Amino acid sequence: MARKVTARRVWVSTAAAWLFGFLIFLPILWMVLTSFKTELEAFSMPPKFLLFHWTTENYATVQERSDYFHHAVNSLLIAGGSTLIAMIIAIPAAWSMAFAPTRRTKDILLWMLSTKMMPSVGVLLPIYLIYRDFGLLDRRAGLVMILCLGNLPIVIWMLFTYFKEIPKDILEAARMDGATIGRELVYVLTPMAIPGLASTLLLNFILAWNEAFWTLNLSTSDAAPLTVFIASYSSPEGLFWAKLSAASTLAIAPIIILGWFTQRQLVRGLTFGAVK
Amino acid sequence: MATQQTQVLGRALLTPAVALLFIWMIVPLAMTIYFSTLHYSLLDSEAWSFVGLENFRYFLTDPAFLTALRNTLVLVGSVLAITILLGTPLALLLDQQVVGRSIIRLMVIAPFFVMPTVSALVWKNLLMHPVSGLFAWVATLVGTTPIDWFNDVPLFSVILIVAWQWLPFATLILLTALQSQDEEQKEAAEMDGASALSTFIYLTLPHLARPITVVILIETIFLLTVFAEIFVTTGGGPGLATTNIAFLIYTQALVQYDVGNASAGGLVAVVIANIVAFFLVRIVGRNLEA
Repeated sequence: MARKVTARRVWVSTAAAWLFGFLIFLPILWMVLTSFKTELEAFSMPPKFLLFHWTTENYATVQERSDYFHHAVNSLLIAGGSTLIAMIIAIPAAWSMAFAPTRRTKDILLWMLSTKMMPSVGVLLPIYLIYRDFGLLDRRAGLVMILCLGNLPIVIWMLFTYFKEIPKDILEAARMDGATIGRELVYVLTPMAIPGLASTLLLNFILAWNEAFWTLNLSTSDAAPLTVFIASYSSPEGLFWAKLSAASTLAIAPIIILGWFTQRQLVRGLTFGAVK
Repeated sequence: MATQQTQVLGRALLTPAVALLFIWMIVPLAMTIYFSTLHYSLLDSEAWSFVGLENFRYFLTDPAFLTALRNTLVLVGSVLAITILLGTPLALLLDQQVVGRSIIRLMVIAPFFVMPTVSALVWKNLLMHPVSGLFAWVATLVGTTPIDWFNDVPLFSVILIVAWQWLPFATLILLTALQSQDEEQKEAAEMDGASALSTFIYLTLPHLARPITVVILIETIFLLTVFAEIFVTTGGGPGLATTNIAFLIYTQALVQYDVGNASAGGLVAVVIANIVAFFLVRIVGRNLEA
């Protein structure tokens, strides 16, 4: 039964919520607007909100001068690669813990969670030295490896909570009917697990795309993803606001769109099932 | 239902993940512990010697450490305060009947998906620039002098940026928790004549206690190691004004190439994070049993 709410209260809440939402979104909106200005108008005071000379030249220059696509491809390969490998390792592990739990399953899960809490900076030097000696600095493979390991606990946890929700009765019924484990996996489990698999994949892709500790410390140019590319705009000689905005807009647009689809799973993935 | 066959299979499937995570955790950590007992610089890698706990004494008594520790605590504490004090009313608001809620939700959640280097640079240049930034314009509109954010209040500027990134997380989790609150209980309270305020204090707030704890613990773990936002805006400065522990260790490791000292610092960071992690793991563990 819906609660009765007065029309006036709805309008007050609505106005407040829109104001809050707008203020929070403003930096992103402002960045997108700036990306369509000329460099001169980007600096102009008072700022121009909508009545400026709209141009897409920044987007063209960002690509021509700085090889934007090279870094975008790096981001895609690094985030995609690390997520896929993590899934391949995590699916069997999560399956095992959800469907064949032992006495130690809970301890293993909590231990996995605790590895995620080790601050990266605590192992920065060993990793840096290992990477230097194995020639992995500024290599995509190196970043794929480290991001894969870093996100593995979250992937396993998310998959575990999804697998846990698949009713066991169905599995038993399938087994009664003589299904082998292989058939059970393909015909019973997989179809039910697909939504969970998809959202795990998506959320971890987003996390890997935005990761900015290892990428900044272990790559400079060849393997540099967009996080590092954008950071290069922080040098004083690189201060072109409109171009910075255009590059930034390109870097975050696909992820924000993906992110909006996963907002529900975000809570689950990042709280390790502690809040549902 | 677990037959012996599934048990064996289960163990086989679990092993690769456990082995990888174990190596990932143990090898670098063991190396950090080993390095932390050495006098060892990458600039002069021939000359290294065993110095015992000397690095820890040096790191912990270094005035830079105390400054960095203070900055870390201020940053973590302020961001937690801002995200929870703003996130709770915002979540309550979005839980109301509101026209266009899904669009507002999208706008509120968006900052969380912006990569740290982008949000830091956009805030620093487009918003906080003392002459041409949006904030400077607002300041002149209301007739005050614009603030030179990164010179006058550098740490606070970093705090604002990080808080903006984490506000969506706190809001979303609190909102999710609010939506699982028992509506009938609230209705019953209203029928008994409870005011909106006492409903909030006696029903909603206790219901939010747990998600707020979770938000605090998870944010703390991430906030203890804020790095990219400092790296692209201030580089830890001016002076040490925005250097937190993570950034201090980074400077010692990859700017000064002081392996021993940076490793000692790294272990200090691990210990601090573990204290927080201990509590989080306990809460999550309790939930696993339920």
